[in-house]
Amino acid sequence: MAAITGTTEATGTRGPRPSRKRVSLPVWRWVILLVAAVYFLIPLFAALRFAGIGAFRSVISEPGFTSSLGLSVRLAVVTTVITIALMLPTAVYVHLRLPRLRRLLEGITILPIVIPPVVLIVGVLQIAPGFLKSTPYLLALEYVILAMPFAYRAIDAGLRALDLKTVVEASNSLGAGWTTTLFRVVLPNLNTALLSAIVLTVALVLGEFTMASLALFETFPVWIVVNDQTSGQVSVAASLLALFVTWLFLLAITVIGTRRARRTGGGEVTLFTVARQQTRGES
Amino acid sequence: MTTNTARNAAAADGTWQTARRGGTSVLLQDLSRTFGATRALDGLSLEIAPGELVALLGPSGCGKTTALRIVAGFESADAGSVIVDGKDISSVPPARRDMGMVFQSYSLFPNMSALDNVAFGLRMRKLGAAARRKRATEQLDLVGLAEQAKQYPHQLSGGQQQRVALARALAIEPRVLLLDEPLSALDAKVRLQLREQIRTLQQRLGTTTMFVTHDQEEALSMADRVGVMRQGRLEQIAAPDKLYDDPVTAFVAEFVGVMNRIPGERQGGTVAVLGGNVPVRDPGGQSPAEPLGDDNAVDVLVRPEGLTMQVAENGNGIVTTRTFLGSVTRVGVRLDGDVAVQIDKPSSEAAALGPGTSVSVSLPAQPVLIAPRRNPVT
Repeated sequence: MAAITGTTEATGTRGPRPSRKRVSLPVWRWVILLVAAVYFLIPLFAALRFAGIGAFRSVISEPGFTSSLGLSVRLAVVTTVITIALMLPTAVYVHLRLPRLRRLLEGITILPIVIPPVVLIVGVLQIAPGFLKSTPYLLALEYVILAMPFAYRAIDAGLRALDLKTVVEASNSLGAGWTTTLFRVVLPNLNTALLSAIVLTVALVLGEFTMASLALFETFPVWIVVNDQTSGQVSVAASLLALFVTWLFLLAITVIGTRRARRTGGGEVTLFTVARQQTRGES
Repeated sequence: MTTNTARNAAAADGTWQTARRGGTSVLLQDLSRTFGATRALDGLSLEIAPGELVALLGPSGCGKTTALRIVAGFESADAGSVIVDGKDISSVPPARRDMGMVFQSYSLFPNMSALDNVAFGLRMRKLGAAARRKRATEQLDLVGLAEQAKQYPHQLSGGQQQRVALARALAIEPRVLLLDEPLSALDAKVRLQLREQIRTLQQRLGTTTMFVTHDQEEALSMADRVGVMRQGRLEQIAAPDKLYDDPVTAFVAEFVGVMNRIPGERQGGTVAVLGGNVPVRDPGGQSPAEPLGDDNAVDVLVRPEGLTMQVAENGNGIVTTRTFLGSVTRVGVRLDGDVAVQIDKPSSEAAALGPGTSVSVSLPAQPVLIAPRRNPVT
């Protein structure tokens, strides 16, 4: 056996990769990391220097800060609830009953990336009924569409890792009805994926500018831009603050998700993939 | 209903005494099912006696899995019915059918430990936490995995996962145990062990079992009766030895075990083959896919142990290969007319039969099965 595998390394089984490849990697890894870090950190550092520490203190007392941030947070909550309520059942249903439509659905959910937000909002403002145009929650409906590609992909990745059909059938055969199966079997195995979907949606809503600005609602990003004209330093400080909070949020999700996944064997968690570990080989 | 009350009573005092059932009978009546243009089941009828293990064997696409899934309730039949203990359950949802199922792919719930997986079905049956734990531990012990109770599925090997799945299916004391190729994802050694374990448990518990497989060795070694399926129908169902010795159609004959095809000429009730004349066996069955017709050119079907062979100069065949199988050696012989056959010889006698040896092959005058002549494979 050893003699055979020794000469045919590359055609071997799905086990760990040959260690030879790993040796050359770290150097490049550090170089890439360094370049990326410089690219991202220099502008941040510059912004920090421009704003000065004092600006952070005055941000909070600035008129409009609380109301715009509040609006953004409310929009984030509403958008997330609608998105999950729509995407989760759809994705589960398509996986279970209409697997052939998976490609189509994937294509459809990608449309919001292809179509510019300007087009979407202008179109909606043209046809939206008056009572919707006057409420900022019109934006939430728009954001649901914007968030679709991210939310769907995150949930889809989770479902793929699960072998949904078999697990659902196993649960049914053991006497669990649909509701029980959904809450005890499907959802607990999808919570990392759902967390990813939520984070992506929230991040998207907190940072969206075009639509809010065109629809004339003062969300947090819009407030930052407006404020920039009066006090540049404060607005930059607000941006940095927003960035930092979002980053903390993402970090928390990833850490929680990975810890959970490690316990139940979900492999590594990133925002888009929930790779399930290979089953241990026969021993 | 009565069993449920009995269970709840048992659950209350925490013992869950095995309510010895008389065993469950299963009857499939004229099941048909089409998927688009493919006819997966074409009037399948099958009866499984209480406590019996019936294996459905057949090539992929023969409808065996569809049949199992209809019994489980995951598919519905276009026509026909599934009758369990005299009651038609066709309209009962899977969750209420009380059937334990082990799947081909790993089906454990990743978010639950082995113990919780096994206890899941008991929880659905409203068994108390302590009783459920006790019973699940017993079940894990039964499959030899008591020590792995706290581990999660990803920490278990494939074989262990399937054993937990088996324990989980048996924990609910199902009326019928359904096994959908549960061993096909495992490697050979584990497969062999688990095969014996399943059979031993099944016999001990007396659970009526339906087992689907494409592996004839698995079917023959585990089942009380094996049903060979082809194109959505049952070609033959019989005990393993009967299936091997008395196949009723050429398809069954060739699907189960090794079979030689030797061209012959039909002459009324006999067939001229290998320079002799042997009677034709009337198997009683006939494959609708291969009617014998009026053609007298036929193939005679003989097993490797059914042919005799002597070393002879200018014989009718030449030894080409020799495969040692333990007590017997399988000898490959090329007959006149470019017909390749395999003949089993006791290994002690096969020593003299090196490749190139000229041999004389003949057929004892016992009834043989014949099939329409197939174009010789060159």
